Amino acid sequence: MQATGRLRGVLPGIIAKPNGNRSSDRLLIWLVVPVFIISILPILRLGFEGVMVGGVPSFDYFHDVLGNSSTWRATANSLYTAGLGTIISLLIGGAFAFLVALTDIRAKAALVFCFMIPMMIPPQITALSWVQLTGPSSALLNAIGMAPPLGSPQPLYSAEGIALLLGIQHASIVFLTLRANLRMLPREQIEAARLAGARGGRLWWQIILPLTSPGLIAGTAMAFVTALGNFGIPAMLGIPAGYQTLPTLIYQKLAGFGPSVLGEVSVLAMLIGAIAICGVALHHRLLSKRDYRLMGMVGRPLDVKLGARRGLVETALWTVLVAILVIPLLALFTTALVPAFGVKLTFANATFEAFHEVMFVQPSTIRAFQNSFVLSVGAAVTLVLMCLPLAYVMVRRPSNLTKLINLLVEVPYALPGVVLAIACILLFIRIPLIDVSLYGTLAIIFVAYLARFLVIALRPVMNSFTQLDPALEEAAQACGAGLSRRLRDILLPLAAPSAAAGALLVFLTAFNELTVSALLWSAGNETLGVLIFNLDDSGDTVLASAVAVLVVLVVIALMSCFQLAARRLPKGVVPWQT
Amino acid sequence: MADINLSRITKCFGDYRAVNQVSLDIADGEFVALLGPSGCGKTTLLRLLAGFEEPDHGQISLGGQIMASPENNIMVSPEDRNLGIVFQSYALWPHMTVARNVGYPLEVRGLSRADQDRKIAEALDIVALGPYADRSPSELSGGQRQRVALARCLVMEPRAVLLDEPLANLDVHLRETMQQAFLDFHRRTGATMIYVTHDQAEAMAMADRIAVMDKGHIRQMAAPETLYREPADLMVAGFVGAGAVLPVQGVTVGSNGNCSVQLGQSSIKARICPKLADGLTTANAGLCLRPEDVWVTDDAPLRGQVDDCVYLGGRFRLSVRIGADQTLPVYANRRARIGDQVGLQVNDGWVFDRMSGEAA
Repeated sequence: MQATGRLRGVLPGIIAKPNGNRSSDRLLIWLVVPVFIISILPILRLGFEGVMVGGVPSFDYFHDVLGNSSTWRATANSLYTAGLGTIISLLIGGAFAFLVALTDIRAKAALVFCFMIPMMIPPQITALSWVQLTGPSSALLNAIGMAPPLGSPQPLYSAEGIALLLGIQHASIVFLTLRANLRMLPREQIEAARLAGARGGRLWWQIILPLTSPGLIAGTAMAFVTALGNFGIPAMLGIPAGYQTLPTLIYQKLAGFGPSVLGEVSVLAMLIGAIAICGVALHHRLLSKRDYRLMGMVGRPLDVKLGARRGLVETALWTVLVAILVIPLLALFTTALVPAFGVKLTFANATFEAFHEVMFVQPSTIRAFQNSFVLSVGAAVTLVLMCLPLAYVMVRRPSNLTKLINLLVEVPYALPGVVLAIACILLFIRIPLIDVSLYGTLAIIFVAYLARFLVIALRPVMNSFTQLDPALEEAAQACGAGLSRRLRDILLPLAAPSAAAGALLVFLTAFNELTVSALLWSAGNETLGVLIFNLDDSGDTVLASAVAVLVVLVVIALMSCFQLAARRLPKGVVPWQT
Repeated sequence: MADINLSRITKCFGDYRAVNQVSLDIADGEFVALLGPSGCGKTTLLRLLAGFEEPDHGQISLGGQIMASPENNIMVSPEDRNLGIVFQSYALWPHMTVARNVGYPLEVRGLSRADQDRKIAEALDIVALGPYADRSPSELSGGQRQRVALARCLVMEPRAVLLDEPLANLDVHLRETMQQAFLDFHRRTGATMIYVTHDQAEAMAMADRIAVMDKGHIRQMAAPETLYREPADLMVAGFVGAGAVLPVQGVTVGSNGNCSVQLGQSSIKARICPKLADGLTTANAGLCLRPEDVWVTDDAPLRGQVDDCVYLGGRFRLSVRIGADQTLPVYANRRARIGDQVGLQVNDGWVFDRMSGEAA
């Protein structure tokens, strides 16, 4: 029986009808079609656009784009900022992961929770808050009389500024993967090394670091690919300085010339997609050489007693948190309180006017809140309803087809959001056969969200089906319950917590999303991300900050809900509680 | 209740034949154990019966109705077979109370609320869990959970109850109590029971007949005492019970299934497998000796050297080496020093073909 279980794991494709259950085979077909339409068709359409000029296959666009020096400048800039940012992420995230996982510092839960906030805050808000923190117009620095003189340059409007914020934004990605890896580290392996005489530095360099290298590599690759596709930070910091990365170049081309440049943009999107795929491929290659199956009891691998240094380490960690989280948010908040941008904030002139303005006066803000709310709730609900049966079939009836789906759903999430947005424009600007255009409506953003966040909703549900004992379902089957009955009575109730968690995650991510909607919005169909970006772009920094503060509050409130619900959820569902 | 017939059932996973040409007839009301080492195909066979797996060849029928027959394109799904199944992991639904867990088969069948309640109460009484009806499964101990699973089988009045290593997750003390619970259940309900286990003691204690499986085949199907006294081949002899199989020459077949064989310098009286007695060659004959068949006596002609001595409580188990590489486990009343020479008197033995079944 163990042998058959193993075999089923190894040879899922060969076992054509693992259960002779035809109703679930039919179910699969109904699921494959929408997944294919929303995940793959747009990407294929994008590729098609790049190699067709006026209806004939041609490499003219490739010639134009790859022959243009701005392309290569933007590529170099992208690689530089993403590379430097990844190093910063690795340093911050790595240090936090090792210290939290392996030492006896206190208040770990609070530390982890706060460390996760930067990841959940939309990048354009991160950028906005840091810009409010530094530079001559900083309300915070002005209020305490430490602002640099007017006319001095904003230090963040530079490649290094972009890299720094990318690094901070994605440090939690490194932290999460590395900590997951550290948690899987069996205690015996460390103990065996210590009994063999390894201590101190030797234990770290020869045992712990090599054993955690898969986590380090995975985290680094993910941080790099995410940084490469990041739009919010280089847009807010790079555009004012005339510094272009690939995503901002695509955005500017499209914003400047409209749909006529789609061919060129398609080639640019392929370029950025190719770099991202190289990153992922390198990561897989490195990982495949390191098949460290860790055997043994999983427990706390090490509990290094820091002793007298504990206070020092804790102070250092919290100081970093204050520096990368609290102070920028404080700067954002103070900017939202000033009566007009550049005015020195005092207790006398502090005002909630901006909040009042964005919440009750400006129709665009209210609309954007509504749009983002409708889009993210709609996407969350739709995706969960799709993912429950999809995850069921993928986990319980594995085949070559489900393995393929498993890879395909990753694509729209792994590709930079700009690429996905363009792909959606191309496919839905005039839907073939029915000749309807989604472009310029909320629907196109909605479809793009479905494609991009499908994997976020799918993974927790798959995770919970994987952890579910198959016997639970088989017992119901033996009791005479058919597929729909089993789904309703047994599987849905048991997967509900993870499905809810997946829905919350989708909501959280979609609510603040900018990259995809930046290209897809139209007048009346703004999202919150677009609104903040546009307000700041047009000089309404105070209003932008006020909206940003509101968004941050919503994010932290949602994360707190997660934290409170964490104990009731299956393991691995709450992203920062591995 | 119904009798079960499997005829030449084969099930492959890729190139691997998990169940290979297995035929099996189980009578109505019989308690049959499927016994074998892990990976032998016993759980796959059970899952084929339950309908969770579809056979590649062969035919399964239940009370005369064909349940699966790929040749005729018949495959009755598990939900339509009316078989109860008890899993190693209990498979109780954590979001339902004990009563709802037990009553679920009735709920699916659409029984009236009152009928459901009555049957649930009856079933819970049989497994002595009446007072636990409103608890959640997580509040029960392992043994109690397994009894809930049993009650869930009971309410649906299944044609047979399949048990997949139901005691593997329980500790030793609880296992004996639960074995008794299964036996009581079997006597009270008269249900056909098919019990998968790798623990021979469990199988011997409960089953009317045991099918010993290895590498997808049934090696022998017999009553426990037959299996122990008269193993059909080397695998069964080694897997069931303690003892040793020694290659022997000079087999002289007597009457009534008796024979005498030459072991070292002494001649031993033993029983012989009819197949071998009728057969042409005894070149591959093996002598199966159980520890209780051999007594340690100082003046016996068969001598051996004590290799090991383990106290079992009440008696000692000695490993005695005779010849170059043959070791016999024997029981003794006194401790022996390692290296001692002892005499062995063999009172009984079973002679069979050591190569039987190896070709398959």
